[in-house]
Amino acid sequence: MNGLLDPLPWLILLPLAWASLAFLLGPGRGGRLALAGLAGQLALALWLARRLIEGGPVSHAVGGWGAPLGIDLYADGLSAVMLLLTQAVALPLAFYARAYFAQGAGQFWPLAGFLLAAMNALFLAADLFNLYVTLELLGLAAVGLVALGGGAEPSRAALRYLVVSLAASGAYLLGVALIYGSYGTVAIAPLTPLIAAQAPLAVGLAAGLMLLGLVAKSALFPFHFWLPPAHGGAPAPVSALLSALVVKAAFYLILRLWLGPFAPLTADWGWLPALAGAGAILWGSWQALRTPRLKQLVAWSTVAQLGYLFLIFPLFGLKEPALQAGTLQAVAHGLAKAAMFAAAGILLKATGRDAVDGLAGVAGRLPLTLFAFGLAGVTLMGLPPSAGFLAKWLLIDAALEQGLWPLVAIVLAGGLLAAAYVFRVLRQAFLLAPEAQQFHPVPRRLEWAAFGLAAASVLLGLRGVELMALLGIGVAP
Amino acid sequence: MSAGLLYALAGVLLFALGLGGIVLLRHALRRILAFNVMGSGAFLVLVGLAQRDGGADPVPQAMVLTGIVVAVAATALALALLRRLPEDRP
Repeated sequence: MNGLLDPLPWLILLPLAWASLAFLLGPGRGGRLALAGLAGQLALALWLARRLIEGGPVSHAVGGWGAPLGIDLYADGLSAVMLLLTQAVALPLAFYARAYFAQGAGQFWPLAGFLLAAMNALFLAADLFNLYVTLELLGLAAVGLVALGGGAEPSRAALRYLVVSLAASGAYLLGVALIYGSYGTVAIAPLTPLIAAQAPLAVGLAAGLMLLGLVAKSALFPFHFWLPPAHGGAPAPVSALLSALVVKAAFYLILRLWLGPFAPLTADWGWLPALAGAGAILWGSWQALRTPRLKQLVAWSTVAQLGYLFLIFPLFGLKEPALQAGTLQAVAHGLAKAAMFAAAGILLKATGRDAVDGLAGVAGRLPLTLFAFGLAGVTLMGLPPSAGFLAKWLLIDAALEQGLWPLVAIVLAGGLLAAAYVFRVLRQAFLLAPEAQQFHPVPRRLEWAAFGLAAASVLLGLRGVELMALLGIGVAP
Repeated sequence: MSAGLLYALAGVLLFALGLGGIVLLRHALRRILAFNVMGSGAFLVLVGLAQRDGGADPVPQAMVLTGIVVAVAATALALALLRRLPEDRP
């Protein structure tokens, strides 16, 4: 399908356009432009989803040039769900960021636009090399956003993030080189039968390198060390974008490769990511319970919640329920974590410091923000009717069906630990404020943006069926 | 052993050297240089392995050009961040 009236290329071009315009307008400008662009992107993603439901997966040859010289775009149910999540999280965050950066956004708008363009391109790319390019663009934009605050500490976190990200994509690129050397193509669709027919040792090595690189980018335990300083130190709208979306992009890619071209090689290795995932849940939650700083707590919670995503890998004997559990967890966590970082940013602005101990009294001053934090916590704990509950329910159900009891125990333990660190914050918030405590006024728009995201993460549990129907499009049983 | 395979093996060696540098070296500037060595190794594998049938394959050449652009941009960003750090603690 070609022509100007195709949502696929516009999902990439639109954010590129408003990001470039915002850059030309100068530092701090372009917020209104971004809102208009993001509304358009959300409409495009919805339009794409409708088209998929009506007619199955769609593809697009950019500029009329097909592979191998041209660039092919491809969207199936999994891409559409991730695209919808990205735009649905980014739009409220843009409202939030406009109010948050009252004293000047610096280069936030151009960088955020480039980030979203790279992410949309990643979800639509149909060959391994274009995926490499989009991964690098995503990484560079994300590093720029981490360094947005200026100063030595954010710059150091950004530099560490950049080095990890570059080493990881280097490993991915070497894998791509080995694959091209073995088969003479990097397009995912023709590669799948080729690898299934014959896979020399070099291809096994390539798969290992690529998946390892992506795991480092998705901050799976024990490669999580770069995440808490980078996500915890950035301004709140940036932390929300990174924690909710950017790490999911690497996870999406692992899922796509694991179930697609590398399926014949990875079948026996599902326990390895699950083991790391279990480690992430326990270690991340433990650190979230211990850290004295609020944003670090939320960042460590991201490390823990990412662990759930990797518990699904041994369950692909029954592909559909495992894929549903993983994707729903990615969506639920995306919405909830964006809400939680947004709420944490508001609490920081109001109390003036980034400390869990400094929260006493906010319950009376900022009830809406605290409610948003609590609702997001409900999704992370996995209580009904939230989307997090649905995801964990599907995960437990799939694990029981295949007799993997340890996974069930990990999911339940993770839920309890999440409850413990969420209540650690809520408990402080309901204490009486000390006399000397000063509260800075906070714009209401900030609170409503955080609340909207949190409410969406809970209410999505009621619309899970539609989401799963969309996800099922183009998945081979 | 064909020349292409020789290039590819040299590329793997460079890649391993670069990765070792990123993991083991402490100084940020050295790690940035190590990343460039690592990237060059991957490019060499890409071009070397694809030289079958005697002639050069244009597709990996185009990929390597793209890769070089990305590596230059990444290096520039890394150097800009490095300059923001205080001198004594690189």
